[in-house]
Amino acid sequence: MRAVMATTPRLELAAPPAVPGTPILELKGISKTFPGVKALDDVSFAVWPGEVHMLLGENGAGKSSLMKVLCGAYQADAGEYFHNGEKVEIRSPADARRFGIAVIFQEFSLVPYLDVAQNIFLGREFPSRIPGLTDRRRLYREAQKVLDLIGLEVDPRTKVHQLGVAQQQMVEIGKALSQDARILVMDEPTAALSDRETERLFEVMRQLQAKGVALVYISHRMAEVFALGDRITVLRDGKLVGRALPGETSPDELVRMMVGRNVDMSYPRRFATEPGEVVLETKGLSSTNGIRDIDLKVRAGEIVGLCGLVGSGRTEVARAIFGADAVTAGEVRIFGKPRTGGPDAAAFAGVGLIPESRKAEGLALIRTVSDNLAVAGLPKLFPNMMFSPGKARRSAQELIQRLRIATPSPNQSVAVLSGGNQQKVVIGKWLAAGTRLFIFDEPTRGIDVGAKSEIFALIDQLVAEGAAVLMISSEQAEIVHVCDRAYVMRGKRIVGELGRADLSEENIVRMGMHDE
Amino acid sequence: MSLAGDVSAGTPRIHLSKDMQQLLYRLLAAGLLCVALSVATDAFFTANNILNVLRQASLLFFLASGLTLVILTGGLDLSVGANIGLSACLAATVIKATGSPALGTLTGLASGCAIGICNGLMVAKLRIPSFIATYGMLWVLHGVTYYYMAGETIHGFPPGFRHIGSGYFLGIPIPVYLMIGFLIAGTVFAQRTVWGQQIYAIGANPMAARLSGIPVDRRLILVYAFSGAMAGVASIVFLARLNSAEGDIGEAMTLPAIAAVLIGGASLFGGVGSVFGTFVGALILTLVLNGMNLLAVNASWQPLVTGVIVIFAVWLDMVGRKRS
Repeated sequence: MRAVMATTPRLELAAPPAVPGTPILELKGISKTFPGVKALDDVSFAVWPGEVHMLLGENGAGKSSLMKVLCGAYQADAGEYFHNGEKVEIRSPADARRFGIAVIFQEFSLVPYLDVAQNIFLGREFPSRIPGLTDRRRLYREAQKVLDLIGLEVDPRTKVHQLGVAQQQMVEIGKALSQDARILVMDEPTAALSDRETERLFEVMRQLQAKGVALVYISHRMAEVFALGDRITVLRDGKLVGRALPGETSPDELVRMMVGRNVDMSYPRRFATEPGEVVLETKGLSSTNGIRDIDLKVRAGEIVGLCGLVGSGRTEVARAIFGADAVTAGEVRIFGKPRTGGPDAAAFAGVGLIPESRKAEGLALIRTVSDNLAVAGLPKLFPNMMFSPGKARRSAQELIQRLRIATPSPNQSVAVLSGGNQQKVVIGKWLAAGTRLFIFDEPTRGIDVGAKSEIFALIDQLVAEGAAVLMISSEQAEIVHVCDRAYVMRGKRIVGELGRADLSEENIVRMGMHDE
Repeated sequence: MSLAGDVSAGTPRIHLSKDMQQLLYRLLAAGLLCVALSVATDAFFTANNILNVLRQASLLFFLASGLTLVILTGGLDLSVGANIGLSACLAATVIKATGSPALGTLTGLASGCAIGICNGLMVAKLRIPSFIATYGMLWVLHGVTYYYMAGETIHGFPPGFRHIGSGYFLGIPIPVYLMIGFLIAGTVFAQRTVWGQQIYAIGANPMAARLSGIPVDRRLILVYAFSGAMAGVASIVFLARLNSAEGDIGEAMTLPAIAAVLIGGASLFGGVGSVFGTFVGALILTLVLNGMNLLAVNASWQPLVTGVIVIFAVWLDMVGRKRS
């Protein structure tokens, strides 16, 4: 599929950097084949106590498969496992637990309506003296110990669904540690965390490190790789393509290893010098979802950022503009006309929302690519209300070519596409609807590096053609590199606006984090 | 980067979608059933019996076709049988009072449709789960009907009206024509209109449908109105066939109608199914029950067999969809 990796750096398949002692866990020559796909091809991987081992790779590179082999969910077709230098077998999750391996997936395994303590010790409750009952006092005492260990300041009696994402993540970690995890595998743990929560997580990770816990950390964020990593392993197409130490490599080099070609991470674009008419204007917008007094403007040809910490109200602003949440005060004007009604009215007025959670809110996973591409544009494609499958397919085919969506056919189920291609489908459905104002909520979440720059190239093309874009992103670097202007939110309000000249990560962070 | 590559590599060949495959299996099952019954009994493959099967299937289909749209959105309408009861009794009253079958028919359809709209409003606007809303509606309708009828029976309608249920045209029962008409109309609506496509989209993912600019509330009200209206149609045909209306008319039809939809391949999770599939489902169910009658199997076995077929059909679907 890919040509010779001409640009591949010197680290290619170099011997593992010298380290003291025996790895706590070593995998040698692991292969795993699924029908039609070689998910892992002769991958060797070792992790030492007390280190943070970064696992890098694009989506589909084999990171998840490797994780699942590690935790016993998959059985490798070939390869050997060594635990503290001893050859062992990991055939089931129970085996993995016995060797102290715990995995924290992006989708948590917590039970929302049980409390923190019950979740930590789920299935391992302490028996009471009365047979059949559990010792609740001991449960909360032990849970408190775990919470102290990870420095999470919540009452162990709090129901998990009342916690924020970051706290839930901490509970997951606590749960793993309470099972004597010596090897903790984390899949993009900071994807949903704010900067401050991320800091807190890193602190806990450092403490664990000091206690000799080995951490395997999957990330798409370069900054984290260099801030935390003691060792880096890069996978591509199920193969091990490189090992490196952070001090001896650079982000560019790692990215080149991941994608096998040069990708410009700075998404260069020509910034709008003379933006066009005002497409979106909100005045004093408040909504049932909690946002208050939002004033913002987006002009044609502009990419306007909406940043701030997670939970500062960015998604809520998008939903209120789009009519998904009710407006309680103020107004939204699209092309100068007040928008009333729900999302259908907004879509009709030329607004399209590309939501944060693609699978839950952006796509109908059981339907085809063609169906999903047509869904928003049905009234526009078929003004006489009679639907024609042929015309829908032709329209889909055009979009597939224009957006370069990798799918064997328009009739392919959208569920099997990669994250980047699914995102293109969500964008495509609004193109079919003739949308003029695109609201992107975290457009690159869970998308690999190569697809990210494609998405940004696409957004750039949209504004070049006269569309207006409002873009929410938690990655400040994205906002800084892509946006003409940005609004910063804090506590459900807009607290400032940054023009192109002032747009820097430091300014965004300073405005967004300022305490009252 | 292979993201955008490999697009044009696929070789063109006949590709049946999974829905198509499932439908073909069902048609095959119906065909095999016919062949088996023809071999096993003398009485099956006679014009009389075939027409009888089709007429029985038609009543089931009226109810099940409207229900299919509801189930496509991921909802359920448990009130259709009770809807038949009230609509039939109201239609009967109007016919008796005015002597006009046309006014009576209109009353039945309007009553069915109005009940459906109430269901739709409860589901779309009050956000009551459809199972609960229509289950409650079932009791309310029974209550109203029983109170209204007070144990009485209304019977004896003009021959012109009774023709709808028991008449023939060119040797084929009138309800069969109606069934074919609604089969075509329902299929065109579901497959070939924007509204139909939106209904599939809502069932596949209601949240994504709403955030794609589909007026979900209005479409939901529409499908419940359709379901109610089809119960109205069934009530008229039923009334015309029985030539009498009682409070509990149609009561026993809800569950068989749901069975027909499920045998026809629709998923209770929404987004999967078709009006034609439901037609085949109604046919299969009627054929099996007819065959059991002809083979003189004790009628007590019929519910059991219905249940087994539903479970088997849904299981086959799940297996078929999981593969590949």
